[in-house]
Amino acid sequence: MDIITCQNVVKKFNDFTALDNVSISVPKGKIFGLLGPNGAGKTTLIRIMNQITLPDSGEVLFNGAKLQRDDIAYIGYLPEERGLYKKMKVGDQALYLARLKGLSKEEATRELKHWFVKFGIQAWWNKKVEELSKGMAQKVQFICTILHKPSLLILDEPFSGFDPVNVQLVRNEILLMRDAGTSVILSTHNMESVEELCDNIALINKAKLIITGELDQIRRDHGKNEVEVIYRASAPHSFAANNLISLVNQEETKRGYRAILEVKKEACSSEILRSLVSEIDILSYRELIPRMNDIFIKLVS
Amino acid sequence: MKTNKLFLIISREFLIRVKKKSFIIMTILTPLLFAALIVMPSLIMTLSSGNKGQKILVIDRSELCQPFFENSEEYTYLFDKNADIESIKKDFPESLYAAVEISAPDSMFNVSVSTISTKQMNIDTKKQIERNVQKAMEKSKLEKYDIENLDNILKDIRTDVSVKTFTISESGEEKEGMVELYMGIAYILSFMIYMFIFMFGSMVMRGVIEEKTTRIVEVIVSSVKPFELMLGKILGVGSVALLQFLIWIVLTGGIIFGAQAIMGADKLTESNELVQQMAAGQTATDAITSITAESTPMDNIMASLANVPIARILTAFILYFLLGYLLYAALFSAVGSAVDNEADTQQLILPVTLPLIIGLFIMIHTFQYPDSSLSFWGSMIPFTSPMVMMARVPFGVPAWELALSLALLVGTFIFMTFVSAKIYRVGILMYGKKANWKDLIKWLKY
Repeated sequence: MDIITCQNVVKKFNDFTALDNVSISVPKGKIFGLLGPNGAGKTTLIRIMNQITLPDSGEVLFNGAKLQRDDIAYIGYLPEERGLYKKMKVGDQALYLARLKGLSKEEATRELKHWFVKFGIQAWWNKKVEELSKGMAQKVQFICTILHKPSLLILDEPFSGFDPVNVQLVRNEILLMRDAGTSVILSTHNMESVEELCDNIALINKAKLIITGELDQIRRDHGKNEVEVIYRASAPHSFAANNLISLVNQEETKRGYRAILEVKKEACSSEILRSLVSEIDILSYRELIPRMNDIFIKLVS
Repeated sequence: MKTNKLFLIISREFLIRVKKKSFIIMTILTPLLFAALIVMPSLIMTLSSGNKGQKILVIDRSELCQPFFENSEEYTYLFDKNADIESIKKDFPESLYAAVEISAPDSMFNVSVSTISTKQMNIDTKKQIERNVQKAMEKSKLEKYDIENLDNILKDIRTDVSVKTFTISESGEEKEGMVELYMGIAYILSFMIYMFIFMFGSMVMRGVIEEKTTRIVEVIVSSVKPFELMLGKILGVGSVALLQFLIWIVLTGGIIFGAQAIMGADKLTESNELVQQMAAGQTATDAITSITAESTPMDNIMASLANVPIARILTAFILYFLLGYLLYAALFSAVGSAVDNEADTQQLILPVTLPLIIGLFIMIHTFQYPDSSLSFWGSMIPFTSPMVMMARVPFGVPAWELALSLALLVGTFIFMTFVSAKIYRVGILMYGKKANWKDLIKWLKY
């Protein structure tokens, strides 16, 4: 079941096409990476899902039904261009944003107190936003995004402006929410976070959808089905006798010999390992899956 | 749910401004200023009578004027027809305020008068001297005709004329009007509309720009429609304006009544009349002398004040202020949405402020000619009608004209709000690019 589905979405700004027939499906309870270079149309797509912008054609389904105005209560959106009223007190402001999402005053206050304690920022409640650092303000914004317990969380570059400690804090919070059943759309240029967090991805370039699917599958599809084996030996091994693999390349390193092997047919790792164990003293075995970074660059350029 | 969110926005916009120190200061200081404007003239009159017993030396070579210089509280006249003006010039006695030399008259009773004083002579004193000499010469001329009982005749022909203007209402009832009073009211109210639209319109614009520069706007429009945000801001700031206006009226009224109680009602009515006469184009000195010279026909003013249709004027004021504000606030917010900071508004704001300023000019014309065709059209065209019609209303405007003007204003306000909302919706999410009016028109089609 998908939480949100975009079908053949087209959006034009006069002569400029921002989205050209883009279709994506975001599965429930998963983290979905929305990737693409600057100006590809990610933000436009996100704004369409938030009903900030209307598509020229195409449909957006939320929980299987046509996306409606009231659905915004179930979506939490952290835009890339984000900020707070400078002259307003942190607590008042968080309360205001929460109530705009439809929470009652009591509910919003209770939830906010909980999160402010959890993030260790109770002392900021009566401070004005202009007194906060950028990272501090980001924390407040993150809390405001998740306060109303959305079933779909849309985060555009959520980690920018955070120090490593707070990146970890936010990352854990995202994972906890995913485990609790929240679906997350994560738009970021940080491919390491994508590899670490995302279950599915979609890559958009120049208004068009380039690829979408499960992250692991996409990475494997773009690899050459190779494994790296490091083993201890006095002389290089030939691997000629093994019919599951064939040697591509091998070199001597400090730790031992490092061999790149191409996997023949549909052999699984345990089969290959079993066959190798009898031949050599294995130190490490690793499937060679291309990094998301490389796939991104390859597909976009 | 939806109205709830709109209400949330309105109350935030309202409270954040009302709590500001600058608002509180403005709200309290302005009525003091208003009150001062009204109370000042009588205060000045009270204070200026402090220059008592100034001595003026009259060198009356005509030997005709002396009887016309009567000592008053302010001036004591000394007479010396043989004094040497040159020696006075050289060594001006400190005790003297001024010296006046009146030459001997020629056959046509023309005299020349010159005054010497250490300080620039007060304009009232100068006028007083002129009048005295004039009266003396006129009397001498009349005496030449050798008319019997001249004094009695002169007393007899003295008449007092004061023009009372009446307007006939549709019901055929006569009402006493007072043009000066109407003009005063029209002037204050229509100028206030101009000021308020400008002040609070730019307040809305600054609010929109603030939301854009702080980048909070995208967070908010993911919860509410851009139109709701725009409307909430306009209505929130509008309530601030109404509150301020209300406080101003109450405070100004309070201060004036307070001052009246302290200073005595007579003085204040005098000064009120003074203000009206000044508005009517007389000079201050004339007004003062006419008031002090004759007894104040205070009853007349009170009567015409009662005849000014207060309820009608106030209703018109609130309607025209609100609608005019709504119309312009929508335009101001469209401009605010198109820029990244306040400095960039200059080019875009001109088409918005220009009609407002044109309205101000027509309004000034309207005070003199409330029924000219320029005034009529100015009070029909929605961009100028709030000011111009307000300037006309105190003089009396046919009901159908009021209705038509209001209907046009409402229609335009709705249409322009719709257009502005379309620009606003796109503008608030556009960063970096400097937009011009061409872009704004393009955005209408997004």
